[in-house]
Amino acid sequence: MLSSHLFDTGGGKVSLTLLEAAIWLIGFQLLGEAVSRWLGLPVPGAVLGMVLLFVVLLVRKGVPQALRENVPPFLSHLSLLFIPAGAAVLHWKDALIKAGWPLLLTLFVAALATWLVSALVLKLMLGRGGTHEH
Amino acid sequence: MNTEDMLAALRHSPLTGLFLTLLAYRLAIAVNRRFHGHPLSNTVLVGALLVVAALLVLDLPWEAYRQGAGMLQMLLGPATVALAVPLYNAFAKLKRAALALCVTLVAGGLTGILAGSVMARAFGLPEVLVLSLLPRSVTTPIAMGIAERIGGIPDLATAFVIVTGVIGAVLVKPLARLVGSQDDRVVGFATGIAAHGIGTARVVLISETAGAFAGLAMGLNGVFTAIVIPLVLGWFKTG
Repeated sequence: MLSSHLFDTGGGKVSLTLLEAAIWLIGFQLLGEAVSRWLGLPVPGAVLGMVLLFVVLLVRKGVPQALRENVPPFLSHLSLLFIPAGAAVLHWKDALIKAGWPLLLTLFVAALATWLVSALVLKLMLGRGGTHEH
Repeated sequence: MNTEDMLAALRHSPLTGLFLTLLAYRLAIAVNRRFHGHPLSNTVLVGALLVVAALLVLDLPWEAYRQGAGMLQMLLGPATVALAVPLYNAFAKLKRAALALCVTLVAGGLTGILAGSVMARAFGLPEVLVLSLLPRSVTTPIAMGIAERIGGIPDLATAFVIVTGVIGAVLVKPLARLVGSQDDRVVGFATGIAAHGIGTARVVLISETAGAFAGLAMGLNGVFTAIVIPLVLGWFKTG
């Protein structure tokens, strides 16, 4: 009795959207993982899970409330999840330092070139259609 | 009092790694705001540097940190799945630009693979490094898988993926100004191709459209790169 009173949100019902969002997202990742392994695809489970969830949203013609409420705040902190991997670069510092500036320059220029080619091609292609958005 | 036991327990608790990462991220946001979102105050970059500094200063065992931080890394999968939501919300815009996006994917994806391999070979970097940096534009799990298949080192591939992602995230704003594009679709898609999830994490803060296009580009380029790299390598060997 006491615990149900403690977690009462006033309307008599406990908010379930966070819990349901976790169930949706983890569920679709596992589903993607399973399908990817089953068919022997080179695509990781999470990416396939994203595609599958996208298809389900298209079929449903809408985003369930649990995802609508919780996905934007979750994704706005996506950077947090990459910090451990970033810190792990320290772990391979010897190999990286040994390759030195040619390696760093390669990574830098290649990233720059990839971004520029992509942006310019897309800008050109979209520009021809005459659509412009902010 | 048993100070030594207490310190040992703290240093070996996985929660310490989790706590440090959350704290570093919070501080990185404060730094980023302080410098008005300056590219070099990117939260992944600053956060990772703070974690590294803390690990060195506190002399924390790497394994303990990895255990704690692993809880956060585990969330990368569900976060990738979550990108389906902005993708769905931007679907009308995506559909209109479908042909342009396909052409861009091929051009950008190939540039990513070729620019890295040509430059690294020109510099005479060891072959195992070249093979490990080929898939650096795509998200970590795909990159590790590709590197392993073609004879690179998955761990090094991960390091290159992260460095590339941070470079991309840092460059987004200056590059967008350089090409004079105000179009969030262009900025998002180019960032997703060049700088996978770390770039995507940066542009979701620009707008939902930018985030959706980046997430789509990241997924498409992951699949594209996984299929094309083995083909390109075969072509190099016979050519």
